[in-house]
Amino acid sequence: MGVEQKLGNMGIVTTKLEELVNWSRTNAMWPMLFGLACCAIEMMAAQAAHYDMSRFGMELMRASPRQSDLMIVAGRVSRKMAPVLRRLYDQMPEPKWVLAMGDCASCGGVFNNYAILQGVDEVVPVDVFVAGCPPRPEALIHGVVTLYEKVRGERFKDLAVK
Amino acid sequence: MDKKLEKIVQTLQERFGVTTDEFRDEVHVFVKADHLVEALILLRDKYDFELLSAMTASDYWPRTSPRFHVIYQLTSLAKNLSVQLRVPVPVGGDQPRVPSATRAYEVANWRERELMDMFGIEFEGHPDPRRLLLPEDQEGHPLRKDFPLGYEEPQFTFNYEEIDLRKPYAKE
Repeated sequence: MGVEQKLGNMGIVTTKLEELVNWSRTNAMWPMLFGLACCAIEMMAAQAAHYDMSRFGMELMRASPRQSDLMIVAGRVSRKMAPVLRRLYDQMPEPKWVLAMGDCASCGGVFNNYAILQGVDEVVPVDVFVAGCPPRPEALIHGVVTLYEKVRGERFKDLAVK
Repeated sequence: MDKKLEKIVQTLQERFGVTTDEFRDEVHVFVKADHLVEALILLRDKYDFELLSAMTASDYWPRTSPRFHVIYQLTSLAKNLSVQLRVPVPVGGDQPRVPSATRAYEVANWRERELMDMFGIEFEGHPDPRRLLLPEDQEGHPLRKDFPLGYEEPQFTFNYEEIDLRKPYAKE
């Protein structure tokens, strides 16, 4: 459904504002670099030429939380890192999403001990969990596409401040 | 035992009354806590053990006397020798104490801080006794044998809901 089909020769396109906003959000969602362990390697591979996440609008990873929309938590989060993670999340501008990549970020994985957070949902609200140890780049991309589906379904009235 | 090492161990025996043990060519010298710093300084200055290559502890719980061994691995680069000093630390319900080795080896500073975190051993005369690795609000000492092994109960289908109720989820 290319734009040119809707355009006709009138130079006008009609759509809902909600759809337009969600379309633009999903096509330019910049993730924050948050590589913590081996999952980060797969995240890099997903970004690199072979898998090329830019196809889905993720042109570049941002090193600053203030420029990013999506936090990909790639790897295990230690209890000492947890306040840092929460702080970076708080610094991201709305609207923002979190993707927990891999088993460790989702539920602690094999590290059931004092040092590791048993899932990042203890400190930040997570939108999508991606299983795998580590997940392949395809799995990560699938997680991102799942997130896009969620974003496309978002309505303004639900996002309004309660 | 290496011939060069034999003499050194003999001197230690005469001066501090140490006991020795040998395991796979590794020499363990058991020193009393009171003589530790003196023995370290003697080994460093007289026998060229200029490197404290490792320092760690080991927990023999439920044995209480001694419960811990604080282990100092010394290396002499000049003579190509290594020796292990062990300080048995008995614990009778209260805080285990060892004199700080920072007077002999500066590098012991951070290693002792790590042992304070992980084993709860107090080092008397340590110049900077702060936490090194663990978060400020951590309770207990994780490398002690009586520290609980798992952090939370694994969630399966049969107990999913029960555990889900008490899981600390983050608020938006």
